[in-house]
Amino acid sequence: MSKDERAVHSPHGALRALRERTEARIALGRSGAGVPTRAAQRFLLDHARAREAVWSALDAGQLSQAIARHGFALEAAVSAATTRAEYLRRPDLGRRLSAESRRHLASLGSASDVVAVVADGLSATAVQLNAAPLLAVLKPRFDAAGLSVGPVVLASQARVALGDEIGHALGAKAVLVLVGERPGLSASDSLGVYITYGPEPGLPDSRRNCISNIRAGGLNHAAAAEQIFGLLQRMLVHKTSGVMLGDEASIAAALAASDRPPGST
Amino acid sequence: MAYATTIENTVFRFGDLKTLLAKATPERSGDQLAGIAAEGPVERLAAQMALADLPLKTFLEEELIPSENDEVSDLIARQHDAAAFAPVSSMTVGDFREWLLDPKIGQPQLEALTFGLTPEMVAAVSKIMRLQDLTAVAAKRHVVTRFRNTIGLPGRLSTRNQPNHPTDDSTGITISALDGLLMGSGDAVIGVNPATDTLADYIRIVSLLDDLRQRLEVPTQTCCLGHVTVAIKAIERQAPVDLVFQSIAGSQKANAGFGVDLAVLREACDAGLSLDRGTLGRNLMYFETGQGSALSADAHFGVDQQTMETRAYAVAREFSPLLVNTVVGFIGPEYLFNGRQIIRAGLEDHFCGKLLGLPMGVDVCYTNHADADQEDMDLLLMSLCAAGVNFVITVPGSDDIMLNYQSLSHHDAVFARETLGKPPAPEFEAWLERVGLTDRQGRLISEPDLLSGPLARLPLLASIEAA
Repeated sequence: MSKDERAVHSPHGALRALRERTEARIALGRSGAGVPTRAAQRFLLDHARAREAVWSALDAGQLSQAIARHGFALEAAVSAATTRAEYLRRPDLGRRLSAESRRHLASLGSASDVVAVVADGLSATAVQLNAAPLLAVLKPRFDAAGLSVGPVVLASQARVALGDEIGHALGAKAVLVLVGERPGLSASDSLGVYITYGPEPGLPDSRRNCISNIRAGGLNHAAAAEQIFGLLQRMLVHKTSGVMLGDEASIAAALAASDRPPGST
Repeated sequence: MAYATTIENTVFRFGDLKTLLAKATPERSGDQLAGIAAEGPVERLAAQMALADLPLKTFLEEELIPSENDEVSDLIARQHDAAAFAPVSSMTVGDFREWLLDPKIGQPQLEALTFGLTPEMVAAVSKIMRLQDLTAVAAKRHVVTRFRNTIGLPGRLSTRNQPNHPTDDSTGITISALDGLLMGSGDAVIGVNPATDTLADYIRIVSLLDDLRQRLEVPTQTCCLGHVTVAIKAIERQAPVDLVFQSIAGSQKANAGFGVDLAVLREACDAGLSLDRGTLGRNLMYFETGQGSALSADAHFGVDQQTMETRAYAVAREFSPLLVNTVVGFIGPEYLFNGRQIIRAGLEDHFCGKLLGLPMGVDVCYTNHADADQEDMDLLLMSLCAAGVNFVITVPGSDDIMLNYQSLSHHDAVFARETLGKPPAPEFEAWLERVGLTDRQGRLISEPDLLSGPLARLPLLASIEAA
């Protein structure tokens, strides 16, 4: 048997042929214990991209224009975390509004069925790429259902729970938080959407429903919008959200999250 | 009771034992987040000096979290063996550090002391030890466990092959597991963190891992790292469950956050034992822990995160586990900010676990929002190998595509074997040679001829391709 034939028939060769069946970095080859140079540098590049996504800032001007184009009013807010470094060390500050933002939002005093918060989270890159297109497909659904829609709030240095305070200040029945998820090596542009009925400060995470992995190559915007809108309608009928909604998917997600010490959203 | 020390006419006072421990802890972001860390290096050192002068038996007299409200504290009190404690009972924490480093103290003395020590004593002494101290003492303490092979023998390093997949796809899991086996990883366990937690998925995953293990005749064990309550249901349905997994923490309230208590862990352990699947031994529990988990559940009671972590080891050792690992860099920069803090925490956790008698492994890892990279992980792996860690976790190319963090790669395991001279469990080492993956020196063969051993009978790959 020739070396080529052996390569095809050996498990090593077969694994190489199966590379497209998974995103995992399988069958990289090796030189001693070292990863071949090209694959090693590909890894470094992916890590650099993920780090860049974590430290990237929202381009509020570009994002506001892109969102306003779909007929939304816009407001801005910042959390009590003043810098990115503080944001990473102090998740508690990222969950509270700055005093100035609190005053500003309270002065608006609006009331609506739904408010969307666009939060940088751990990847402004994800928000920059996915927030406007997702809102664009949500807007006609909101309008067709006759829902009143408050302003879209662009929030920086923001964690998911910041939406509770924002939604409460704006008198929203439900709040959608579109947040940049913690970047992985394979995807640093993944958007998560957390939906909460009756937002107010201090709600536990078990009161939220989450749609995750919204990105090119993950869950597409139309499919995500359909799930979000479905959850929102059920919340408005049942006047609750999270595990109380009896949604099996979110219960399973909460249990799965409990299998490892929690990460940070 | 208050504690104090005087440095050059300045008196530093610490209101109680948990304050003293927190202030004496080497700098880390989690204790700063909790608002209990020392204000700076001088106050920290003052606390470390006061701690060094503290009699070890203080920890038997003053509880950090009262037993009346916390079953972990109660367990710690019940586990304490006064006779085993006798050799060190009159020492201060500082004396104890020197005793541990003394070359006359080796495996027999450390093993005999295991249940004489409480988690708080071990955490305390670790706070006044350098990385070198933590390494030197841990290297003297071997904890050996068995299920289908022998893990933790001196001079060896096992690996958990972690073939996670974002949707628990059977093909994706199988391909990833094979990638690791072909690189010689998987003697500690082939273990999947499931993306979902349904009973049906749990049973599917343990079944496919068991099928893979049996077809390839691998002397190892498999695990789906779902919740213990799911494992109990799967065992009731006679699913092929080797190891029973659970995340645990150092207080009753934090464990409640994970949906467990001691009673359900006992029930799960007994259920696992009832299947009688181990061939060499009956260690079958697998626990993961990590500094910061109690704080993130608001269940730390003002106790520093490293002491809370060590308290979790009291829970673990109650169940004679096969494997325990800290997921040291997974929990995020709000608990361990950078590579330096992750490296220290990894060596602390390993040291504390070993002294308390645990078969301690480490998930050498970091997230993308921590200030750390693969070079920090290189240093931690090399240090842990010097310290005699039982096992580490490896994934293809260091990239866990489900949990979105970086662990070690299967390549790193090859480095530990070939450069640091750490072979795997003896039964697994023999299997690697028998199937033609390694030569007689245990080195991976570059173009192995796999057509004659069990790997050649891999209908598995054909069926994957057809699927």
